[in-house]
Amino acid sequence: MSARQIAVGDTVETVLTEDLTRTQIVMYAGASGDYNPLHTDDLYAREGAGYPGVFAHGMLTMGLTGKAVTDFVGDGELLRYGVRFRSQVWPGDRLTSTLTVTDVKEEDGRAVVELEVVTVNGDGVQVVSGYAAAALS
Amino acid sequence: MSSYTFPVESGQILLFARSVGYPDSAYADPSAGAPPTFVQSGAQYDPDYPLRPTPGEPWLGSGKTPSGAKPPEGGGGLHGEQHYVYHRPVRVGDVLTATTTPGKSWEKSGRRGGKMVFEEIVTEFRDAAGELVVTARAVRVIPSQVVESPAADAAAAR
Repeated sequence: MSARQIAVGDTVETVLTEDLTRTQIVMYAGASGDYNPLHTDDLYAREGAGYPGVFAHGMLTMGLTGKAVTDFVGDGELLRYGVRFRSQVWPGDRLTSTLTVTDVKEEDGRAVVELEVVTVNGDGVQVVSGYAAAALS
Repeated sequence: MSSYTFPVESGQILLFARSVGYPDSAYADPSAGAPPTFVQSGAQYDPDYPLRPTPGEPWLGSGKTPSGAKPPEGGGGLHGEQHYVYHRPVRVGDVLTATTTPGKSWEKSGRRGGKMVFEEIVTEFRDAAGELVVTARAVRVIPSQVVESPAADAAAAR
């Protein structure tokens, strides 16, 4: 991605998953090392912790959203990425992220693109919102 | 302050990349770096990470009963925010030292009258030369009274 192809206000929408599976959550638990049973152990989540069932790690949603960011950044170098966790993500959720270019500027002699990052569930409710910045190659 | 050593290996990057939706090809080249949130898997190398069962010790999750232990120390909070600053890409072969320190702490009034305590946890990942590679800043949110859905998610914020 080069700076001249990008303009403030550009948006990219990416479907992260059509149907978040419990197995994807298990994969995230195993890979990240976060074995909190709230996310993988339905009996614990319901009867031990009082939730309707297991739900995704916030960091799984941030990770899936991160793929939308790196797909956009391409060969550029990610400089910053941050989110606020706004709502829980449940098995079966459809997740869509929208990246919006908020600024293109010079930073230490490089062209840097600033993005607003929002991921919503199938009901349009924000599950994470935040920002990313990348130096373009 | 706590500290542990985190060797960056290609197999761990593959497994982590799959777990957040990347095709195997995405990080197959050792020079491709790692997914943006990859340093979370440093938890695997943290000897004191509380959200991993320890042989012979009671565990939070279900077995014969729905829960076998109380939530870990510092539980009862939620992972509210996560921020990363990348000083350079993480690379296969890096041996990172992760050092976690408490950051700022502040309070807000909750909607149901209780107080919410916000705590920052800052983890610096430095390479063998001592240079910063990634700075991770988590914010955990701890309600001062029991909320409808308590969670022990906070330890994941480290």
